Amino acid sequence: MNPEFIRSLHDLLPQIQGYIYPNEIEIHWGLLIVVYPYITGVVAGAFILASLVKVFNVREVQPLYRLSLLTALAYLLVAPMALIAHLGHPERFYEILLTPQTSSAMAMFGFVYAWYLMAVLLLEVWFVHRTDMIAWAEQEKGVMRFIHRTLALYSRDTGERSVAFDHKALRVITIVGIPSAFLLHGYVGFIFGSIKANPWWSSVLIPIVFLFSAIVSGVALVILLYMIMTPLTGGKISMRCVDKAIDFLFYAVIVDFSLELVDFIHRVYQSEEEIKILSEMVMSKLFGSLIIVQVLLGMLIPLLLISLTKIFRKRFHLNDDLRKMVYFVAVILIQFGIFATRWNVVIGGQMFSKSFRGLTTYKMGFGGIEGLLFAILLLALPIVILAVLMKILPPWKEMHGEVVPEGMEVAGS
Amino acid sequence: MGKLFERFPDPLARLIVVVFALAIVGVVVVFGLIPKSMMDVNAQWASAVKREEARPIKYAGFHACAECHDKLYETKKKGYHRDLSCETCHGPAKAHTEDPDKVKPEIPAQRAFCPQCHAYDPSRPRGFPMINPVAHNPLKACASCHNPHDPKPPTTPKECSACHGEIARMKEVSHHVQLECTTCHDTPQQHKVSPRSVKPSKPQTREFCGKCHGKDAKDKMAKNAPKIDMAEHGEKYVCWQCHYPHSPEVEQ
Amino acid sequence: MNGRRTFLRGLLSVLLSGGAIGGILKILPSRADAREAPPKGQKWYGFGVSVDKCIGCARCMEACKTENNVPREPFFFRTWVERYIIRKNGATTVKAIEPNAEPSPEAASDKSILRSFFVPKLCNQCASPPCVQVCPVGATFQTKDGVVLVNEKTCIGCRYCIQACPYGARYLHPVTRTADKCTFCYHRISRGLLPACVEVCPTQARVFGDLNAAASPMSRFLRMNKIHVLKPGLNTEPKVYYANLDGEVR
Repeated sequence: MNPEFIRSLHDLLPQIQGYIYPNEIEIHWGLLIVVYPYITGVVAGAFILASLVKVFNVREVQPLYRLSLLTALAYLLVAPMALIAHLGHPERFYEILLTPQTSSAMAMFGFVYAWYLMAVLLLEVWFVHRTDMIAWAEQEKGVMRFIHRTLALYSRDTGERSVAFDHKALRVITIVGIPSAFLLHGYVGFIFGSIKANPWWSSVLIPIVFLFSAIVSGVALVILLYMIMTPLTGGKISMRCVDKAIDFLFYAVIVDFSLELVDFIHRVYQSEEEIKILSEMVMSKLFGSLIIVQVLLGMLIPLLLISLTKIFRKRFHLNDDLRKMVYFVAVILIQFGIFATRWNVVIGGQMFSKSFRGLTTYKMGFGGIEGLLFAILLLALPIVILAVLMKILPPWKEMHGEVVPEGMEVAGS
Repeated sequence: MGKLFERFPDPLARLIVVVFALAIVGVVVVFGLIPKSMMDVNAQWASAVKREEARPIKYAGFHACAECHDKLYETKKKGYHRDLSCETCHGPAKAHTEDPDKVKPEIPAQRAFCPQCHAYDPSRPRGFPMINPVAHNPLKACASCHNPHDPKPPTTPKECSACHGEIARMKEVSHHVQLECTTCHDTPQQHKVSPRSVKPSKPQTREFCGKCHGKDAKDKMAKNAPKIDMAEHGEKYVCWQCHYPHSPEVEQ
Repeated sequence: MNGRRTFLRGLLSVLLSGGAIGGILKILPSRADAREAPPKGQKWYGFGVSVDKCIGCARCMEACKTENNVPREPFFFRTWVERYIIRKNGATTVKAIEPNAEPSPEAASDKSILRSFFVPKLCNQCASPPCVQVCPVGATFQTKDGVVLVNEKTCIGCRYCIQACPYGARYLHPVTRTADKCTFCYHRISRGLLPACVEVCPTQARVFGDLNAAASPMSRFLRMNKIHVLKPGLNTEPKVYYANLDGEVR
């Protein structure tokens, strides 16, 4: 037994308010489980942004297409790490694949994940880059040539029939991909929403709220990455693209905010058994992360900022830099807001006792698997993976707007 | 083979090969490499049940002690502690049954032990025998007056409480503690012989309580009793419909 | 002749399809019933708690920790006892009692108490256990006799079951790093002994037995008392039954 862990529980004792069941003092799903839905949210959101181009034919955001696909892939690779790391027995994670219980939402993770990774993301990335990889390999030598050849599965066929098939496949995959992305993150919401023992989680709206906050976080993150990376790689930010993406973000935030508001009003109006302890929790332990960060900083202020650029259209549209600044601040705030959303769902759901008579406290560690450092590492890891992916499958041309898409064409061959 | 593939577009053909290869690897891993037992949840449950059943016990159970300690067991069977397991007080004794000489169960002789059950506690059910450990013969070991295997008050019980123990114990911690049962109940001697046919009296009127609790009660026992105006207080009811005489509630 | 054959064929197909639909309709409720009514002769364990008899002596908590090697620290309990104090102003305070705590004589003179009592808690061994439903690997399961167990060899420590338990009956064992909870002392009951907490309870506040038995302390308990279970609205169908439970108890 870890004496330090026991001591930390003793330290928590005086911080308990009211009565909690004696086994409830330890918060079992900590920072890692906050990180997990945040990451899968980014995956789903980034993918949905990508499908704007492919399915809904929004040409303005074409420069974000490959970037968002690669972002989704990079984050998806990290998602299971957070889950596995938090287990009491990480070395046994394979059990979930060997004896999955069909009644368990969590057991379905392996299958939803595998489906999304293999059948959707990898396929789409492959089809998008196939002709490019062939072209790159022609001009390259050594390792890169080998990598591109292998990744292209030694295909050299850039004939009309194959390219036509690429396009057809992409369309099908994206159409299958949208419900899959919904499934991936809606399912993460269902993991929480299906727990009838926990009134903070148990809500039919939770999967939908998760979905829309996922779209918000993914779109915002891709915009942020685009705005940072394009100047760094010597390109020019296409304001037409950013404006359009911000438009989508704006509506997504409004929908997300309304859904959460509906959920909130519904709870307060129904005012069931648990309302007392939940409102006490929101007003004390969650005040900072829920009211301040999630609602005020993460939603209302970004909404206000973006609306300003719309209301004072003339003024802002004359000055691209000012608009860029505003967008930049908005998408960063939104990232923090969505992370706080995840925090409030996961941690908030465990801070009140299921006896509805008291609150416990979450004390975040710094070191260790459940600590802050590891969480930051996990949050930084997708960026590293993304950098590697961009090295292998450079999206710069498209991001810099050098590729002029013709209809559904993905040029590069 | 080559001809077959030519019917598909090049990328599809290559993907089919990859998927096929992955499927073969998957099948080999699932059916060849992983032992069956790891995938059979029913077998896992069966072995978990076996493992659970095989855990060692620490508490031997109430029958085990009687085998050797038959005399004590017989004594205990007739007393108030008849439903208690020996191990309730003496602790886990499985080890003792296996090696009676080496492992001795504890004998909780210290004064702090009995009050764990018998100290007064407002949450304890009414009628449960409770004492105030501070006031109740301080510094004397419980066992010096009470035999734990046949606990009884050390003196001959008061006549009423021998049968009406629950009421007596309740009254003992109430404000009516000073009152004898006979203050309110006239008890014919015959009641002790045939308790059901000859019954003690019960007060019938409000005025009876008023002898002590009335505004101008004269009774010398009524000196500190709370007083009310009989004409105005609770007109329609008799006193015991609101106040339980054996444990009257107390004004704040 | 031909007409009759057609008619018979038609009748047969109607019967078959009707039977199929009826069969499907039957599956759903019968699945729900299956858990409540185990086959005759099969043991189906239950537990009774007489709230009015509990004196809060904590012998059960002690015995449980000893019998089942539960860590001694006050954060891990397979069973515990709560003290409820309901005051005249309506305020309710609850506390889990601590074993061997000194009695507080001043409580005797606390006149603001309206009523007060102890409530023993343990795993409810639900007939429809939410913990079993959510376990991703099937490490927690229900035995034939209705006891929910944890297979510590396959539990991955994801703690989903701890989240899903409405009663706070589960904890993560700090040594094995797997979920742990009351097993009705499965190793004892399978040897014909009583669970340790029932064994040591001095007032028979805890009763244990086979719910299918015709005459037993358990069936008498269910026959002679007004029974309640904890959080019945969650439809977990607990098999820990409470007699004289107060409405304040959650």
